[in-house]
Amino acid sequence: MAKRVAIVATGQTEHAANRWDATGGELIGEAVRRALEDGGLRREDIDGVIVGNMDHFEGINGVEHWSIDANGGLLKPVLKLTTGGTTGSTLAVAGYHLVASGLFERLLVVGWEKNSESDTTGAITTAFDPVWDRLVFAGAVSGLAVEASVYMRRFGVTEKDAARAAVRDRRHALNNPHAHLRKEISVSHVLDSPMLADPIKALDMCPRSDGACAVVYASEDAAEKICPRPAWILATATRHLYSYLGDVQLYPLKSLEAASGEAYRKAGIREPRKEIDVMELYTPYSFANLSWMEALGLAGPGQAARLIWDGATDMGGELPVNPSGGVLSTNPIGATGLIRAAECALQIMGRAGARQVPDVQVALSTGFGGCMWSDLLIYGRHKPA
Amino acid sequence: MADINRLNRRDVLVFASGGAFQPYRYSVGRAGSRFLTELRDHGRFLGLRCPGCGRVYVPPRPVCGPCYRKMEEWAEVGPLGTLTAFTVLRFAFIDPETGLKKPVPYGYGFIRLDGADTDLQHFLRIDPKRPPKIGMRLRPVFEKERCGRLSDIRHFEREDTP
Amino acid sequence: MERVAVIGVAQTVFEARKEAETYADLVYEVADQALKDAGMDISELGNIVTASNDFLDGRTISSMAVGDAAGAAFGGGLNISTVEGDGAFAAFYGLSRILSGGYSTTLVTAHSKSSEGNPLLISNACFDPVYERALGLDFISAAALQARVYMERRGLSERDLAEVVRLNRAKGVLNPHAQVRREISISEVLASKPLAPPIRELDAGPLSDGAAAVILAGEDFARRRCSNPVWIEGVSLCADARMTDRQLWESAALRKAAQAAYGMAGIANPSDEIDVAEIYAAFSYQEPLWLEELGLGAMDKSRVNPSGGCLCAHALVSAGLVRVIEAVLQLRGKAANPAPEPRRALAHAQSGICGQSHCVWILGKN
Repeated sequence: MAKRVAIVATGQTEHAANRWDATGGELIGEAVRRALEDGGLRREDIDGVIVGNMDHFEGINGVEHWSIDANGGLLKPVLKLTTGGTTGSTLAVAGYHLVASGLFERLLVVGWEKNSESDTTGAITTAFDPVWDRLVFAGAVSGLAVEASVYMRRFGVTEKDAARAAVRDRRHALNNPHAHLRKEISVSHVLDSPMLADPIKALDMCPRSDGACAVVYASEDAAEKICPRPAWILATATRHLYSYLGDVQLYPLKSLEAASGEAYRKAGIREPRKEIDVMELYTPYSFANLSWMEALGLAGPGQAARLIWDGATDMGGELPVNPSGGVLSTNPIGATGLIRAAECALQIMGRAGARQVPDVQVALSTGFGGCMWSDLLIYGRHKPA
Repeated sequence: MADINRLNRRDVLVFASGGAFQPYRYSVGRAGSRFLTELRDHGRFLGLRCPGCGRVYVPPRPVCGPCYRKMEEWAEVGPLGTLTAFTVLRFAFIDPETGLKKPVPYGYGFIRLDGADTDLQHFLRIDPKRPPKIGMRLRPVFEKERCGRLSDIRHFEREDTP
Repeated sequence: MERVAVIGVAQTVFEARKEAETYADLVYEVADQALKDAGMDISELGNIVTASNDFLDGRTISSMAVGDAAGAAFGGGLNISTVEGDGAFAAFYGLSRILSGGYSTTLVTAHSKSSEGNPLLISNACFDPVYERALGLDFISAAALQARVYMERRGLSERDLAEVVRLNRAKGVLNPHAQVRREISISEVLASKPLAPPIRELDAGPLSDGAAAVILAGEDFARRRCSNPVWIEGVSLCADARMTDRQLWESAALRKAAQAAYGMAGIANPSDEIDVAEIYAAFSYQEPLWLEELGLGAMDKSRVNPSGGCLCAHALVSAGLVRVIEAVLQLRGKAANPAPEPRRALAHAQSGICGQSHCVWILGKN
C-alpha cells in the first residue's frame, strides 16, 4: 500500500552571489546539517539521499559520488536527478514518490548550485541543441525575452506592469534571512536598469546564486514523530513538453497550464485562488509573475497585471505569492525549485518567521526550466485521506 | 594556524580550470542531415510532416512528440517566413561554441517559415530605421560559401529590404 | 512490497559508432520497441523516467533532447523525470513511481553515444578539480589501480583475468546485440595493447553507442496485459566512499545492496537460489570482484553473463539496464544463450568510478 508523505524538516544555506568561503561540498554539507538539526535527526536516521544540480555549472561529472561525504549518503542508496531549472522541483517530486513507495521511510533530498564557478549563460546555452539552437540562443534570458515579447504584444501588457511584479518579490525578500538579494527596489529602478534582451532589463531577471537546500521527507509512519505539523504532499505533476524551443507555444505557458490542471484535479481543488493560501512560484523573471498566473488559472488572459497592482499577491493580500522573495531574489539553480518546496513546507508548519502567511492550510509550489517545462506540487496542513 | 572560519576573502584560493574543454562530434541524424544538405546545395528548406496531425516540423526530426508517430513525408517550406517572436540580445556572455565573448547586440528571432508549423530560431538583422515587429515578413540571406550548418544562413531580414 | 513486473524490454544493437543516429533517434527506437514488446499503445503509458549523462551527451539537461523521443509530449504530455546515472538506477526510481500509487506503468529509457565525446576527459571530470584531475585519472586508470589491488589481494594473475575475457567473448558470439562477436584466446588478450597496466585493451569492455528501455507495470496491469511477466522480487542500491577513501579490493556498498535485495526476495543462499546472473563488469577484474561481494563467487560460470556481458558491449548509462533486460530474457526463455531452466535471475549495475554505487535486482518468474 502506498504511504502518505510529508516534508518534516528543511535546511538552507545563506545564499549569495559568491559563497567564496565554501566549496560546493561544503554548501551541501551546510544545508544537510541544518535540515537534520531542524528535524532532530542524525545521519543514521536517513534511509537514502537524492541529489540534484546541473553538471556544467560546476563542471563536475557525478556530483552524487563526488559529494558523498557531504550529502550524507555514505553506504546508503543515493540517486542523482537532473532536469535543468526544474531540477529542484524534480527532486521534490522524487522525494514524494520514493517515500510513498514504501521503499524509504526518511529520505534526504538535496539541491545545490555554485553558479559563481562558471559562466551561467554559457552553461545554459549548452542545454540547447548544438545543431539547431546554439547559434543564436543566449541562455535563459533570450528564451524568456521572446516569451515576453509575445505576451506584451498580445495583451498590451507593459514593462511597468512587469516592474511592479519584480518590486513585489524583492520587497518580500526583506523578510527572508536566507535571501541573496535583500534590498528594496522601486518600479523606476527596474525600468532604469540596463537592457539585457528586449524587453528584459537587469532588475526584471533573477540573479545567479551560490547555495543549497536540503529537505527531509518522511512517510506517515514517521512524519508526526519528527514534526508535529508536517507539510503533507497532496499532489505532484510534471510536464516537460518540448524538446525544441521553436516548437513552444509562447502563450499561455502550456506546461504549467497542463501541470496545474492535473494537480488541482488530484488535490480536489476547484477554485485555486480561493482554496490555496500561499504560493512559491519558480518565476525567474518579472513577466512570469504576470503571464504564468494566468496559466495557473488565477487570472484571465491578460488580466494578471491587475492582480499585481491591486496587491492581491503581496503579503497581507488575498493570495500572497513568493513570501520568500522568490527566484528574483535567490537563485542557486539546482536548489531553486527545492527552495520553493521548503518554503511551502515552512508556511504549512507555521515556522516561516517574518515571512509567515497566517493560517496556511494549502500551499503550492512550481518549478520551471528546460524547454519551458513546469513541475508543480501542492501541500496540505491535513493528512490526505 | 589561523582558524579556517576566520579566513578573509583574499586568503581563499580559486582553482581555475583554464582552457580545459570537452570536444564533441554530434550526430545530426538522418532527418537533420537531409535538411542541412538541401540548405547547403540548393538553398531550400525542408520539413517533415506528421502522418497523424499533419503538422510540418522544422527543423525536421523523426518523431512527432504529441502524436508519437514516426514522420517520413518531406514538405518544402519557406524560404520566406513570418516573425513570431524576437528579442535583441544586448549583454555579453561566453559562447560555449567558441569560448569567446559573443558579439552583441544581435537580433534573435523565431521565424515561422511558410508552410511550417514550428519556428526556426535564427539571427534577425535589425534595421535601426525600421525596428522589428511581430508578424513582419522575412527572407533568409545565405552565405556565399555553405558547409552544411545552420550558419549557412547569415540571418533573416525584412522581405522588403532593398 | 506490492508486486511489480517487467513487461516490455528493448535494446539497440551496440556499436562503436552510430554515425547516422542522434541519441534521441536511439531512444525512440527502443521506446517504440519496448511498447511493442509489452503489447502496449503509448496512450496506455503511465509515466516515463529517462537516464542520461550531461557530460557524455555534451549537453546540459540532455534529457531535453530525448523528451519527444521517449513520449514526454504525447497527448497533453506525460509525467516524466530523469536520473543521471545508469538506467538500472533510473528503473529503481521508475519502480517507486508505481509503488507510490502514482502510475500503473513506467517506461524507463537509457542512452549514450560515447563516440561523440572523449570518454577519458569526461570521466576525468568525475574527479576532484583541485586535487585529482591534473593527475590524469580517468575511468581506465582508476580501474587499473583497483585491478592491481584486487589481484594482489586474491593472488590473481593477468592470465586469470584473460580467462574471464575469453569466456565472456565466447558467450557474446551468440548475442545479436553485442558489439564484438568474435571468440578470442587467452594469448590474444595477453598480447593486446596495455591501456593502464594491468589492464590491457581486451580486459576493457569496448565502449558502445546504444540505448535500452524497459516497461515496468503494477500487478493489476501486468496480470491483465502480459502473458510472460517477470516479477521484481527485490531491488536495492548503495553508494560507497570516493575511491581514495575506501579499500578498493572490496565493495561494502555492493555487499549492502545485495543483502537488502536478497532480504526482500527472501534469499538466504544466493548461489543456490539464483539461477543466472548478469553482472556489470566493465573490466575483466570486476567480474570476480563483484561476484564475490554478491556471494556468487562459486557460481558456475555458464550461469554468469550468458550475454557476454560488458566485455562484449559497454554502453555507458545503458549497460546496467541491459543487464536487467538480459535477465528478463533469460526468465522468458528468449535469451540468445539461455541458461538451463532459470527461475530466478540477478541483474547488477554500477555507477561512478571503480563501482562507487551499485544496484542489485532480483527477478523471478513467479
